[in-house]
Amino acid sequence: MCGIVGLFMKDPKLEPELGRLMADMLGVLCDRGPDSAGFAVFGPGSSGTVKLTVRGDEGTDFQSVARRLSEALGTQVSAIGRHTHGILTLPAAREAEVRAALGKVAPDLAFVGAGKRMELYKEVGRPDLVAGKFGLGGMTGTHGIGHTRMATESAVTTEGAHPFSTGLDQCLVHNGSLSNHNAVRRELVRDGLSFATENDSEVAAGYLTARMRHGASLGQALTDALSDLDGFYTFVVGTESGFGVLRDPIACKPAVMAETDRYVAFGSEYRALVNLPGIDKAKIWEPEPATVYFWERPN
Amino acid sequence: MSASEKAEIVDLAATELRQLNSALHKLRPDTNQTLWRIANPRGRHSVAVGVDVPVTIEIDGHVGYYCAGMNKQATVIVNGNAGVGVAENIMSGTVHVRGDASQSAGATGCGGTLIIDGNASARCGISMKGVDIVVKGSVGHMSAFMAQAGSLVVLGDAGESLGDSIYEARLYVRGKVQSLGADCIEKPMTDHHKAKLAKKLASAGVTGADIGQFKRYGSARRLYHFHVDNVY
Repeated sequence: MCGIVGLFMKDPKLEPELGRLMADMLGVLCDRGPDSAGFAVFGPGSSGTVKLTVRGDEGTDFQSVARRLSEALGTQVSAIGRHTHGILTLPAAREAEVRAALGKVAPDLAFVGAGKRMELYKEVGRPDLVAGKFGLGGMTGTHGIGHTRMATESAVTTEGAHPFSTGLDQCLVHNGSLSNHNAVRRELVRDGLSFATENDSEVAAGYLTARMRHGASLGQALTDALSDLDGFYTFVVGTESGFGVLRDPIACKPAVMAETDRYVAFGSEYRALVNLPGIDKAKIWEPEPATVYFWERPN
Repeated sequence: MSASEKAEIVDLAATELRQLNSALHKLRPDTNQTLWRIANPRGRHSVAVGVDVPVTIEIDGHVGYYCAGMNKQATVIVNGNAGVGVAENIMSGTVHVRGDASQSAGATGCGGTLIIDGNASARCGISMKGVDIVVKGSVGHMSAFMAQAGSLVVLGDAGESLGDSIYEARLYVRGKVQSLGADCIEKPMTDHHKAKLAKKLASAGVTGADIGQFKRYGSARRLYHFHVDNVY
């Protein structure tokens, strides 16, 4: 089944509310996906720095990891720890070196995602509890996506939880199952992408990353997905400046959207949207099958 | 509502949904509680399912899946949108959605009337078995799939594969039909059909629609029997 949510703020005054509203949306969709949960938030960032989201065991001292990385590379790495995840902030120019050094300094840590503004958290467990452990309710940002997973195609593991990220500031949540993911994965690997799991949804994320690397906009990449990805899907996708939605031509999986002057919201069911401000006056609609929807923030 | 009728008001922000449905199921056919107003449905699933008494239930807000499913005798009005499977397997009575309806509206409906003021998405009237459905907007793809009896009237457009694998059932569409499904064909609109359609529109409260603009679709009846030519 799975549940997915997305929230894209048009009104900057709502940005401090992003985490609180998303936590509420995810909590409502616990019963669509009790196995694991995850979310990506596009929060504050500064030019010239990049944020790496890494995952370790509970109790990992991320400050110490940052200190050791700073010493090893002679650069400034800072860290914020949230439950099992740490956000390492570092000069963007040193990203490759830091990622290489991470394997030596803290080999037990897994890389989750990277971006100028994106932070990505996921864990096995009930979505409302997972969101609580990471403190989603207190996070701020311009937009975010989230997922509650009922596993069908691969094991219930943290690696198999959504969102998936395969590129800087790019993430995807998926409700459905892809049938040609193995073939598409092989092609993408030849194209230079690497994958952390056998999961079908990670292939969808990788596909969009590859299209955008080849110069496509988010909207174009989603349009291409219609002809290249086979199976059932409702995708919600986030990039640094954009937010997109795509459903397969059969519209197998549910989707409801709401838009006001202040935000665009996505939920697998309308229930997930009921606590959004001004929802009673929002334009509510069901996205059409095989139709690309995306919103971009002005630069 | 007559002056003597007093509405039962149920606020789903304060009352468990199960309590509401259970109260509706306990009503006797001669009940005096003939008018119910439901507040704050907030997208909940299965609101007013399985009602089997001639009462009116008016729901103020959007509902989730299967609202008024299996309805018998009751009139259920949704002042909002309805999620998947509104009035699924309706047996009799009327279900009226004043907003849009999601997929599979009126699925497998055996009787009664389903009126949707807005649009209905995919698979509206799938496997319908006698229900009369009137959609004032448009319907999505695969509507009236495997329809067996009843009627689907669409004042707007119909999506791909209308009436795919249809047995019997009459489909009337005023706007464009993106494509017809297997074994579904356009059929002549006789005076008999025009009169039937006018009656259905009138009972759904549609006035001023030009009957001459509607086209009728139904089964070519080529899939009824085994054809050896179809064997691979």
